Formats: sequence, C-alpha cells, structure tokens
Amino acid sequence: MARIEIDGKTYEVEAGKTLIEITDAHGIEIPRFCYHKKLSVAASCRMCLVDVANAPKPLPACATPVWDGMKIQTRSPRAINAQKAVMEFLLINHPLDCPICDQGGECELQDVAVAYGKDRTRFIEEKRIVIDKNIGALISTAFTRCIHCTRCVRFGEEIAGVKELGATQRGDHMRIDTYMTDTVNSELSGNVIDLCPVGALTAKPSRFAARPWELHTAHGIAPHDAFGSHLEFHIRRNQVMRVVPRENVALNEVWLSDRDRFSYQGLYAQDRLTAPMIKKDGQWQTVDWESALLFAAEGLKKIPAKQLGGLASATATVEELYLLQKLLRGLGSNNIDHRLQQVDFSEKTTKAPFLNQRPADLAQADVVLLVCANLRKQQPLLNHRLRQAVLHNHAEVIRINVYDYPQNFPVSHNLTVAPHQLVATLAGIAKALDEAQPAFKNIEISEQQRAIAACLQKNNKKIKVLLGEAADNLPQLASIRTLTALIAKLTFATFSETGRYANSAGAILAGALPQQTLAGQAISGETGLNAQQMLSQSLQAYVLLGFEPELDSIMGATALQTLQNAPFVVAINGFCTEAMQGYANVLLPMALFAETSGTYVNNSGDWQRFTAAVAPVGSARPAWKILRVLANLLDVHDFAYTASDEILNEVKMLCETSAQTVEDSTWVLSAPQALCYLTEPAIYAGDALVRRATALQATADAQACHGAHVNQRTADKLRLSAGQQVKLSQNGGSAILPLVIDAALADDCVLVYTGLAESAGLAHDVGTIDLTAA
Amino acid sequence: MANQVCFKFKQHNQAESWTLAAYQALGGYKVIKKILNEKIAPETLIAELKTSALRGRGGAGFSTGLKWSFMLPRDEAARERMKGVQKYIVCNSDEGEPGTCKDRDILRYNPHALIEGMMIAGYTIGASKGYNYIRGEFWQPYQRFETAIAEAYKAGLLGENILNTGFDFDLYTHLGAGAYICGEETALLESIEGKKGQPRFKPPFPASYGLYGQPTTINNTETLSSVPSILANSGEWFLNLGKPNNGGEKLFSVSGHVERPANYEIPMGTPFADLLNMAGGVWQGRKLKAVIPGGSSTPVLKAEIAMKMNMDYDSIAAAGSMLGAGSVIIMDDSTDMVKTLARLAHFYYDESCGQCTPCREGTGWLTRILHRILHGEGRPEDLELLDNVSNQIMGNTICALGDAAAMPVISFIKNFREEFQYYIEHGRSMVG
Repeated sequence: MARIEIDGKTYEVEAGKTLIEITDAHGIEIPRFCYHKKLSVAASCRMCLVDVANAPKPLPACATPVWDGMKIQTRSPRAINAQKAVMEFLLINHPLDCPICDQGGECELQDVAVAYGKDRTRFIEEKRIVIDKNIGALISTAFTRCIHCTRCVRFGEEIAGVKELGATQRGDHMRIDTYMTDTVNSELSGNVIDLCPVGALTAKPSRFAARPWELHTAHGIAPHDAFGSHLEFHIRRNQVMRVVPRENVALNEVWLSDRDRFSYQGLYAQDRLTAPMIKKDGQWQTVDWESALLFAAEGLKKIPAKQLGGLASATATVEELYLLQKLLRGLGSNNIDHRLQQVDFSEKTTKAPFLNQRPADLAQADVVLLVCANLRKQQPLLNHRLRQAVLHNHAEVIRINVYDYPQNFPVSHNLTVAPHQLVATLAGIAKALDEAQPAFKNIEISEQQRAIAACLQKNNKKIKVLLGEAADNLPQLASIRTLTALIAKLTFATFSETGRYANSAGAILAGALPQQTLAGQAISGETGLNAQQMLSQSLQAYVLLGFEPELDSIMGATALQTLQNAPFVVAINGFCTEAMQGYANVLLPMALFAETSGTYVNNSGDWQRFTAAVAPVGSARPAWKILRVLANLLDVHDFAYTASDEILNEVKMLCETSAQTVEDSTWVLSAPQALCYLTEPAIYAGDALVRRATALQATADAQACHGAHVNQRTADKLRLSAGQQVKLSQNGGSAILPLVIDAALADDCVLVYTGLAESAGLAHDVGTIDLTAA
Repeated sequence: MANQVCFKFKQHNQAESWTLAAYQALGGYKVIKKILNEKIAPETLIAELKTSALRGRGGAGFSTGLKWSFMLPRDEAARERMKGVQKYIVCNSDEGEPGTCKDRDILRYNPHALIEGMMIAGYTIGASKGYNYIRGEFWQPYQRFETAIAEAYKAGLLGENILNTGFDFDLYTHLGAGAYICGEETALLESIEGKKGQPRFKPPFPASYGLYGQPTTINNTETLSSVPSILANSGEWFLNLGKPNNGGEKLFSVSGHVERPANYEIPMGTPFADLLNMAGGVWQGRKLKAVIPGGSSTPVLKAEIAMKMNMDYDSIAAAGSMLGAGSVIIMDDSTDMVKTLARLAHFYYDESCGQCTPCREGTGWLTRILHRILHGEGRPEDLELLDNVSNQIMGNTICALGDAAAMPVISFIKNFREEFQYYIEHGRSMVG
C-alpha cells in the first residue's frame, strides 16, 4: 500500500499502480487520448501530464507508477499549462469542422477541447492534409483528423493479433496506414471505431446517418456466437442505427466482434416480412393477424400429431424454443429439433454445450487442446481470452481440426486431418494416455500423438480441452465428442464445448429436441423425429421458427425439397423469401433481435435476459406471442402467458430442479472416403440476420467463403485448376462453383460453405461427392 | 596545446593506426588482459571510473561509473535472481547532432580502443554481448569497425572463453538508416530490435528493461574508448588531466567559421579562447559573433560570453549553455541568425519521430513560423509566439528531442532579438 496525496486529499492506494488508474477509480478527472485501460501504455499524447512534487517536469499520469508519499496536483498551474499546451498542439493541425464530422458530439477531442482549448487559434499556417484510404467495408477513414494516439495500432498488435494498421512516416508526416494488406480484415476490426478518440475512424455502415444527440440507447445481447457479448443499441426514431459493445468484465470486456456489431443491418433488409400472409388457392395474400393465425390453426388441426414437425433456429430465444416444443408436445408430437447443422444423431442424450469455466479462467490456462474449433472466426472474443493465455501465461496450444484455420497466436502442435482420420487421431492420443483400455487394442499411436499426450500430462498445470463448433458438422460427431471428453478425463482437464449459436445451450435446456424435453429430461413415450429425419422424409405439416431450410440446414437442397412436398407449412419468420413462398402456407412475421424480449444461455452458462429495444418492423410480433396465440387457438393447455418473464420463470424453475443425466457413449473408427465433403456455415451467413447484413458480406472474410475449396494435391489428382468452374454432385443435390485452392485443407477433402445462395443446391450426403469440371 | 596528451589519437602519425597491430604496439588490450587474468572485481573498476570523474561524452554528461554500478546486483538476493540473465552493453555511435564528428574519427582511427572499452564494460556489468550502433551515413567508419572486430575475433580477443579466462564476449555492429532520433538511447534499442526508431517512455530505464527487455547499459563511443586509458593509468591520472567533477580530456569538434575545422582533444577546463586559437581563429580575419558550444541543440552564446568561458561541463553551464557532445559551432559576424535558426528548426522538425504531440506538432509549427519570417511574412507577435511554443514543447515530451528543438529557438531569440525584429520589420536580414 502507498499513501499518496492528490490535490491535497490523501488516498491509501495499491503501490505500483499507475496514477491514472488511481484517479479513474476515485473519479478524479485527468484528460487523456492515447491511454486506454485495455491497451498498453504509450504515454505519447501527453494530455495527461500532471504536476508531481519534486519531479523536474510534468509527468504523464498514464505511465507514472505511484509511490509512497507521492504528492500530485492535477489542477496546479504547471499541470494546467502543460495540458493546455498539448491541447493547443493537438488542435493546430486538426480540422475544426466538427459540424461535418461523423464523430461530432461524441468526440473525445471535442469534449476535452471544451475544457482545455482556447477559443482563438494562434496557428495561421497551412494545416496538414492526409490523403484517405479505403480500408474496407466496415471502417470509414478521415486521416486528416487523426491525432496519432495509436490506439488503433496497439489494438491490432495486442488484441486483434494482426498488425494491420501501423504508424508510417515520422514527425508531422506520421500517419496511420495499412501495410501488408490494403484493407483491415480482422474479425474484431470494428473496435478501432470505438477506440479512435476523434473522427478518423468511423463506422462505414452508419456513417452520416444520425447525430449522437438524436440517439438513445438500449441494452442487448449479441445474437450470433455462443459467447453472448453484451451490447448497446443506438436508436433513432425506433430504428437501430448502430450497435456498440457494452462493457462486461466477465465476458466481452469492452470489445465486440464485427459480426455482432454490424449484423443489425439485417433488420432492415429489403425482404423483411412486415405483415402476416396466407396462401389461398395458390395465391399469396396479406391478411390481418387474426385471419392468419386462424388459418394456421385450422391447417394444423387437420394433421395427425405424428405427422407434425417443428424446426427452429438456435438463434431463437429460450422462451420461443420452449413454447414451440410445448406447443408440439401439447398436440402430441415429439418431432421437434433445432440441430440444423448436425448429421450425426447417434447420441442418445444431448448435453448443453458449456465451457464449464469462465472465459477469464481460459486466459489462465497452461495447456489447451482445441478439437474442431475455429475460435478466431467463430467466437472471436473467446479466442481473445485464449490468446491472452498464450501471450501472458505462455500457454501451449494443441490444435486438431479438419481445416487449418489461421490463428493469431503460436500453436505448438497443429494437426489438420481428414474427418475419418480425426477419430483415429483422438483415439491414439487417448491410448497414449491410458494404454491399458481394451477398447484401444487395435489403435496405433504415432510419435506426434504421443508427444501431444505428453504435453497434456502435466502436473499442477491448468489443462483445458475444448471441443469446438466444427464437430457438429461431421458425421463422426459422437465419436469425436466421446474421445475428446475421455482425453479431458484422463488428463484431469476442464472439458469445454463451445457451441455455435447464440442460444445453442438454451435450445437444449428449453427442450427443443425430439428425445428430451426441458432441462434434458427424457421424454415419456416414443422419441420424435430429429432434424435430419424431418428434413428428409416429408411430414404432413411443419411449424418453422426463424428457419430457412436451404440456407440454415446442412442438408440444403434436400431440406427445401422435403418442405416443398409437405402439404402444410407454417413459417414464423422475420423475412419472406421466394423459397418460403414456395413451400409455406402461412407466413407469420416475427420480431427479430432487438425487437423482442427473451433470454439466451451462453456457453459460460449465463442466462442473459434482454428486453426489446425497438418496436418490431411493420406488424411483426414477438414469436412467443405468436406461439401463445397459436396454442390457444389449438386448445393446448397452460399457455396463458402475458409476459416473456412468466415463460422464463417456468423454464428456470424446471431447469433448477432437474439434473441432466448423460449416458456413457461409445466411439467407432470411420472408413476413409474417396473425396470427403466438408461444410460449415460461412462466417457472415450463419443465420438469417447476419446473411442480410450487407457491409459484412463485402469483407475479405466473407469473400473467402465462396467457391469449392480443395488443396493443391487434391486439385491435381482431380485434374482441376484454381478458378475453374467445377460441378459438385451428390445424392440429392448439385452446385456449380469456382474452384478455390486452399492449403488449409487436408488431402481428399472438398469444403463448401453453407448459408450462401451459391451452395444452396447442395445436400449433405455423407456417402459420396463428385467433383468434375463443369 | 593540440596533440600533447592525446591518448585516443596518439597513433595518428602511424600509418594504418586502426589495425590491431598498431593498437597493440602502443599497449592496446593490455588492460583487458590484466583484468581478465587477475579477475579484478567489477566494483574495483567502477570505483576507479568514479574517481576519474568520467562523464558521458554523448551529451548528457552522466557519471559513467555510476551508470555501470546500476547493473551490479544490490544484494545477495538480487545476485541470485540475476544469475543467467542476459545483459547487454550497447555503444551509441549514432553521432547525428549537427556539428558533431568526434565518434566518426574514433571509429576510423582507433576502433580497437572502443572494442577494448566495450569488453571492459561487458566484463564489469556482466554482459556477454555487445552492440555498436553506427550511424547509417558512416560507411567508412562502419567498415573500419567491422574489420577491427574481425581482427579481434581472429586474435581470440572476442568470442567464447577469451584467452582461456572463461570470459565470453560477442560484439556486433548495427548500421542505422539515417534517423537522428536513433541516437536517443531507447530509440536506438528499438532500432536494433528491428522496430521503428521511437524513444521509449522511462521508467523503466534500460538498466532494468533495455535491449530485448534485458538489463542494458548504453554508452557513447568516446566514453567507452576512454576507459582503457583510464584503467591503464589511473582514475586519479585522468581526473588530473581535467578538473574536479570534469575529469580528463575531451574531444571537441570545431566547425563553422574557423580556419582549421577539426577534432581537437584538449583537457577539460581549457579556455574557449585557446580552443579557438588551435582552430586557427575566426576565418578571413572576421569577428566572432556567436558560438554554439555543444552541438546544434544547445543554447547559442554571444561572442563576449563565449570568450570568457572554459571548455568543461560546469563552466559552460554557468555561461548559460551546455557542453553537450562538445561540438563547437563558430559563427562570424556575417552570419544571418534568422536563417541559421530557420535551418536548425527545420532539422529538428524533419527528425522528430512523431510519436508524442508537443514535438510532432510543435517542431512543425516553429519551422513554419520561421519559414514565414524568412520569406518576409513575419508579424511582430511571432517572436512571442516562437518563444511560447518552444516553452510549450520544453519538458513535455517523452525524450530530449523536444528540448533540443526548443532550446535553439529560445536562445537565438533571447540573444539576437534585434536581428529577428529587423527581419520582421524589413523583410530582409540585418547582416545583408
């Protein structure tokens, strides 16, 4: 502890902390530009200079550690003179055109200038002009406004892990510029917009759309990955104008992924469904809610319960998913599922994917085994915690996957194998950990597997085993999960599953599954049909919640075909597409993210409630209300909810009183295939909202998801070359795509991303795929 | 008085004085051999340096003995903690201050004295690796130094287990790329690490967090080259060459309006008038107008004040300037002080790294005002403004470049105000 005096007042503080940390904690105002609590200290803007007794010069509060007996004056003439001097220097070359600057009204420079600036300039020379640069679809630049605080540069080095922005040139020619690439491509790039204290880096999608003082804010929860970042909507006249992070120490800290930041654009897509519609005699007509719901209820009433199926996206809320399964089960059907990206349904029970630790615990890891995880692009802020473990704790990372995703930290063992080899690899590692198990009798252990096992067997170290979202798409899911969990058990590691969607865990807890209901309880009676069965054999009727079969389902074309064959389909959706008009009989417009209240359960196990920030577009309504009225019309009991909290309370009560039981599962080796078909949702097309966010579609990450990907060896073997149009054909679907040579793939694999129109013609067929020149 | 007790250039008269043979013929490497063979305690060496009152020759004038002592463990616990920690000795040969050219001649004519000095420093502070950062424009000195290193390696004076004493020392040269700021010690470290040359904020100081984050001592070329002679004789001997607190001899680079511009090695405390005489006096029989005694960043002095001072740290400080790196710039009565200052200001503007606000913005502002005055567009209030802006830079920056840019402006205007006023009023120089 140290006893210090600030402006004549004595404080007991922790020795070694920087002065600005102390003053910030005590609400003492010290102006600053380059300092940011989550970045390293640059001490370069000099705005935070303060007067320290016995120091020959004013000292920067951001870089000066406190010592016992220190006396600081933040408002003495020496401090004020230094601060005013810096302020004048910052303003001489800064364009004073705040009225036409997008940052005007929320600009740190503007705010500080009010307190420390002069109302007359002494600078009569010509001001500096810096030529702008287009650095991509998300960030707009006005480099003449830059005050060289280098927060954006440090962000790239320290948080995003890619040095995309740097300070080039020197003296007053110094400028922020891209090097190596022309654009900023990080999946976290949007954070530099928040970091920039002036209008040099602003959000391109919302540029010049609104003034800060016209906006009001509302809280929300990010709707894409399972990390559950906290965010804030900036709203004008009932329209979400932009999204920014809301600080949450336990989760996203002060950051937000680009996907969570810019997906709000999807809310105002051209194809938003704004009014209920029904199809009568082959003609679509817009009707009022009552007629639409009656029409839906009438249609569903005629269907025998076993012929009724319900499919929902895992971006739906706990309340919506719970009501959907309650409705179907109330009608006598267990045909309900949300696992639209899964092909292996051999596991008897489904457990909610949880990290079983806090994200901050991951940052303390010593050894981490990542299996089938693309954390960097799929859960960027969880990846950030892992990166902190590597940088600050020197954690060793072992990565095993079917695709060699680029990492932003060093990996000590990096294995990219075809899916059928994945099981053998994991089994080899497990055997190296426990050779005595009879199940491993025929397994060979390679040198590398032995080395990985040795890496994981460390005493007194924090070992973490993470099973990622990419496993869901593989036909070997059950075996992979079993073996990964076994490895975790044998190494006394924390076993984590990341999940993929905002509510992957919530959907399972809410019981949106054919074989288990709320909180993982097994159902009484016959198990219903799973997503794969429902989407390959036509039932007589479906209720779809936020689900676009050709894009959301891994079975694409087959799913669409199946729904087209169904006699009666009720689609509750935020959008209206041509495909929907083809298979649906009723279209019920639902409120989307930001427009509805509800709860997501993230992979940390937090039940995160949110309320509606804006009223729904048109006459769209929250899906829980739609489901409630539908249930009432269908005479299903216990549907007298008046608020979403009532639903949540019911769910939570049941979740707290029942424990999930998981049966021991088994694993099998899989046979090799001539050409293995790999697929995963494209980074910015994984759900209905984000695939309509136009700015994100223009990013390099989104562009990289197009085409059919094979590695060079596979291309040579098939006598195909890069850029060539190739035909992919399989049982139930085909597509013509340009060939992309992708060194990140294992041999004899072809990767096509789902969620894109170009690949919607494909159907997942675990058997074969043919790749020929088109 | 020139060349009387010149230990650094005592080989000047020899052909190829820069060779190992020439250096050894004059007793070179005897000191390090003695130290290594007798395993003289670092504390003893540091005490000798403290006695000598050797002060940093790069410009700051910090006691060399004291600086080296920071690298020794304070107690047993620290000694235990520091075991196996890689330390570095770095030589700053990035001699970039306008007016300075002394280190260049050491590298050209006496490189082995520097190598021996660095070895002694390495031994004393416990560094097994040394770097010499040479200014980018110094191609010939760079080649001479590289050749000298190769000779020393061949002779078994560098490398592992030197002369079977168990002492390891590797020496590397790093050629800069022409940035003045890399002469600032922490920017120099950044540059060696392959980064953009920008000073680091201190603390932490290099003694605790230096090159590659390891404990590092950085000394000037002349400082390190003086060490072998000091230890070959004694601290007392060196101190007596000069005067108390200003030990030894020092190289002065005399440039400007003199008959014989050159490097002069003279005892500390020599009257300025004597040095001027050695350089042949003001050229073409003109009158002395002003002197910048320590390199372009130090305050300018009027002739009458300069003529009364002696060439040592304390005396020059008393006269209102700084000894700096000992780069004496002589200006005769034909010098246009406005133009001179404009040129100097432009230099610092050009060399500012741009990292911190006062220097990045302030040097540009000063330059633009002076440029305006020089082109006949000065305003009476500009002098006040120049002084004001300079004072707003002074002391508010990360490194000393801000001060270096501000001091000439403040001193030129203070000492030659009427010339600036004349220029502003008439749009042309007072001296024609």
